[in-house]
Amino acid sequence: MNNGISDEQLSQLLNEVLERYGYDFTAYTKASLKRRINRLYGLDRFPSFAEFLYRIKTDKKYFNRFVEELTVNVTEMFRDPKFFRALRETVLPILATYPFIRIWHAGCSTGEEVYSMAILLKEAGLLHKSLLYATDLNPEVVKIAATGVLPANSMQLYSENYINAGGTGEFSQYYTASYGHVMFHSELRQRMVFSTHNLAAESSFNQFQLILCRNVLIYFERELQGKVFALFDESLENLGFLALGSKETLKMSPVIAGYQQFGKEKVWRKK
Amino acid sequence: MEEKIKSRKAVIIGGSAGSLKVILNILKNLKADLEFPIIIIIHRKHDPDSSLIDVLAQNTMLNAKEAEDKEFILPGTVYLAPSGYHLLIEKDYSFSLDGSEAVNFSKPSIDVSFQTAAEAYGVGLLAIVLSGANGDGTVGCKEVNKFKGTTIVQDPSEAESPFMPEQVLKAGLASKVATTDRLTIFVRDFQNAAIY
Repeated sequence: MNNGISDEQLSQLLNEVLERYGYDFTAYTKASLKRRINRLYGLDRFPSFAEFLYRIKTDKKYFNRFVEELTVNVTEMFRDPKFFRALRETVLPILATYPFIRIWHAGCSTGEEVYSMAILLKEAGLLHKSLLYATDLNPEVVKIAATGVLPANSMQLYSENYINAGGTGEFSQYYTASYGHVMFHSELRQRMVFSTHNLAAESSFNQFQLILCRNVLIYFERELQGKVFALFDESLENLGFLALGSKETLKMSPVIAGYQQFGKEKVWRKK
Repeated sequence: MEEKIKSRKAVIIGGSAGSLKVILNILKNLKADLEFPIIIIIHRKHDPDSSLIDVLAQNTMLNAKEAEDKEFILPGTVYLAPSGYHLLIEKDYSFSLDGSEAVNFSKPSIDVSFQTAAEAYGVGLLAIVLSGANGDGTVGCKEVNKFKGTTIVQDPSEAESPFMPEQVLKAGLASKVATTDRLTIFVRDFQNAAIY
């Protein structure tokens, strides 16, 4: 049983990871990051920090596990149903006026948010003219998201969420079920493009009318949040929408001057 | 600017079933000139519409609000951990939220908040464990003691659900046991406690 790593060890670890693999976690919020690293450290029963560090540096597969455990992938279909209801009722009617809709899900995790959006668009009659770009730092979750397959055990919760988000049909009509899993229909999947992307390091790759980045920024320190907001600003068309997690805000960022809060949910519209 | 007004002392309170009335009792007896923050973690189902914060705000002269991500922790303010997230305290005396899995089926987890508060405030921390039906908080109290803070539990014989404070007591982690009235006095007197 080990005690967990110290702040100095954490610093050393992050610097070595940056140097070896080019992943910069140094601007992630410390207490939160340390907690998840300590959890992995304990879970995998390393007898010492030195061995933990060595394994991460020399075993690429283990490093992938490290990244997976470090990033928080908790997600659900129609998470915060009120948010999706607001999207459905107030944002989608505006997006409908565009000849072509481009949406970016930044930090898409295993894809639940993306498939939720596709269903919303389908029910608004907009899916055929939409393209959903879904990115995440963690290649493992992007792979899973791209399969469109989810474990069946959460479907009841998702069904409730779907209804509370104003779903006009039957949630089960969007997938086929077998052997404890469900698979979303290819009609939804066809409108999606999946890719890895590092919000902390990479630049803008397109212009969008709607960007969703929910419960990702809470893991970034203030300065990094600012950089990411600047990236989003660069990637958003005028009058486009930026949607954050229910406990996140644009208020503290300098880019706020160019935005106005849109409705009661954490959605901002670029002026 | 914030450096001057942040407090090196804090009171952190964790509770579950039966803890609300104790918290209200403590809060209503505190004056607005409190020189440290009070951080409260109450187990409850994730409900975005919950008006729990209003209940707290109506029962205190202090400024009571839900803790926000990246917010600096200020004296004279009562912060409630939002439901559905873990509330962490950073070493620069700000909050961060974390949406990862529940710990001991709890999110917010008292252990998680106490652990990070212990590292941030050290000897300046007063941690209180109230009524509750699960063991959340015991590991947290261990950390509080490790970093030289003070741990007080609600008297289990008075608590609606004695399990939570009992576990802390059984583990030998509480420096004091107090009924509701005495808890209020401890919090009030913490203002004058010297920390080194």
